[in-house]
Amino acid sequence: MKMIERFSGVFLIAGLGLFLVAFLTLAMVPVAMLEKLPSKADLPTYVPESFQQDFPSGEAYRAALVRGRDLYIREACWHCHSQFVRPTANENLRYGPVSTPAESQNILSLPQLFGTRRVGPDLSRQSGKHPNDWQYAHLFQPTSVVPQSVMPSYSWYFELKDGKPVPKADAKAIVAYLQWLGADWNQREETADDFEQASLPPNE
Amino acid sequence: MKTNPQTQSDLIDYDLVKWHFYAGIAYLLLAIVAGLTFSLQFLQRYPFPGVEYLSPGRVRMVHTVVVAFAWLANGLFGIMYYVVPKLTGFPVWSRKLGRALFALYNAMAVGSVVLILGGYAQGLEWAETPKILDPFIALIVVGIVINLIVPIVKTRAQAMYVSLWYILAALIWTPLVYVMGNFLPEYVFAGTSGATISSMYIHDLVGLFVTPIGIAGVYYLLPVAMKRPLYSHALSLIGFWGLAFFYPLNSAHHYLFSPIPLWTQYASIVASIGVHVVVYTVVFNILATMAADWKQLVDNFPVRWILFGTISYLLTCIQCAIQVTLSAQSIIHFTDWVVGHSHFVLFGTFSIWITAWIYYLLPRIWQTPFFSDSLMRWHFWLVTIGISVMQVDLLAAGVVQGMMWRSLSPFIDSVAASVPFWWVRTFSGIVILSGEFCFLVNLYLTWQESRRPRPEMAAEVAV
Repeated sequence: MKMIERFSGVFLIAGLGLFLVAFLTLAMVPVAMLEKLPSKADLPTYVPESFQQDFPSGEAYRAALVRGRDLYIREACWHCHSQFVRPTANENLRYGPVSTPAESQNILSLPQLFGTRRVGPDLSRQSGKHPNDWQYAHLFQPTSVVPQSVMPSYSWYFELKDGKPVPKADAKAIVAYLQWLGADWNQREETADDFEQASLPPNE
Repeated sequence: MKTNPQTQSDLIDYDLVKWHFYAGIAYLLLAIVAGLTFSLQFLQRYPFPGVEYLSPGRVRMVHTVVVAFAWLANGLFGIMYYVVPKLTGFPVWSRKLGRALFALYNAMAVGSVVLILGGYAQGLEWAETPKILDPFIALIVVGIVINLIVPIVKTRAQAMYVSLWYILAALIWTPLVYVMGNFLPEYVFAGTSGATISSMYIHDLVGLFVTPIGIAGVYYLLPVAMKRPLYSHALSLIGFWGLAFFYPLNSAHHYLFSPIPLWTQYASIVASIGVHVVVYTVVFNILATMAADWKQLVDNFPVRWILFGTISYLLTCIQCAIQVTLSAQSIIHFTDWVVGHSHFVLFGTFSIWITAWIYYLLPRIWQTPFFSDSLMRWHFWLVTIGISVMQVDLLAAGVVQGMMWRSLSPFIDSVAASVPFWWVRTFSGIVILSGEFCFLVNLYLTWQESRRPRPEMAAEVAV
């Protein structure tokens, strides 16, 4: 019994042993299950119609998505906007289909951007909810389109031309990213199959 | 305990302990100012609108990074640099290394703040320290661990005092946790797999770094400050092993109802409820030790701060068992409830316990009693009232937000409904800041007093 009060016990059992047990069972086992899933949200090969003017090629569009994601991280957007729809609290009615593991197994989710707080709404089904112009106006001055909004203004992603704010390349990248979030999912009807993939049984 | 031939100042590097505390206090004020500034955004009254490098999102990350990696870490390192030599009877491995690591670590903390404001934050919660600094921070932490673990290794043969179990375990956990949370989800595992590991990191940073060292500090400080023995050795054993068993398994409770496999979520919920074993044993042990002499709470300031921290600890953990259930998560997740919870844990409990340490140790190192009793009382009451009001306010706000979301009313309505709560939150922040300002003034005046030449001053620090 003395071992649990001594160096070796604390070092080996508590320090290394129990940590590794937890890491293997509650991190590596679920990860092993999830890593087998096929990616369901590969980066698009085509440029959506509303961005064809801004991005001449699929390559430029995909680069903009990555850049937009990087800016989303740099400005800590993910601290106030989550990126998963829960199978509870009517979230599928508010936002769209419940999130499934496979849809975030892609390069734009490395690192993951699930988020833990919603000062603003979830963005995982943002694609097509608003036109690009709305997104630009909202990014430049959120209160101009939503008077009670507490979102900060990101005016440094715009430049003034003839007294009017015009989005810089970075602003276009952010909006491209926002309009991509959930692009493959918003058109879908929820089916029983979705609930099998989702975390909860259908009767929840 | 081994008798040692050295004098106290050969054993303990008082300067290093002091510096860690000084740096910590400076960061504490920075963290509160950053949090308070950020809170003004919620009132549409942000003082620097359109300024890229002071954007609210970036200031928010400065707030949390400074709290965890600058204020709490410095405070906890200071405590360990005092407690470990004191309990083992051996000095740390290298005094010079300790001082060099202090400088390097704080350079990393300042660097993190600058780079986050400059736009180089990492996109992982509680791991926003920039990617380019992470490997260096990990190496520095390993250095600190080696420095502190050497004296503990030397005591292999004997049974150790409870504080040393916690510190030893935390010294092993901390680098593992840091490396796991900063590198795996950033470079290896995307999406849901990344979130599984991130959730473990978010919990472990508090559960396996801050909590064990904080509790170790209280288990050392309380008996010493009260001059009473700890109530029960057996209870502290149960508490420690409960923590070591349950805390690492808590992980997925930060992403309940997420696409993480449901069995993982269930397991973490069960383990989170198991944390009660830890909390009640620790809290009972602390309170029973105090109960031997309640009267000390009036004048013995470190004990008073420990009591408030302990009550917060108990309340947050009771709260934890309620909020971790799926039914409660359905409403309160993503809301200000969670924000309130983390403030009560990191400020209401651990910041308060570190404050108790500063109240105990600095006057002894300075060999000067605190300058003003009334400033001490103002500090205590402003901070405790401020955090209590903030806590109740944010919990209530969280329930309102969660209910409005579920009712499918337009999202912006929930924002409008939150504004009164956010006003109260900002004011409670101002109250806390003014409390800490009293602390700072008192510390400065005491320090000034200690610099005055006094012929009767003893040559040896009497701690």
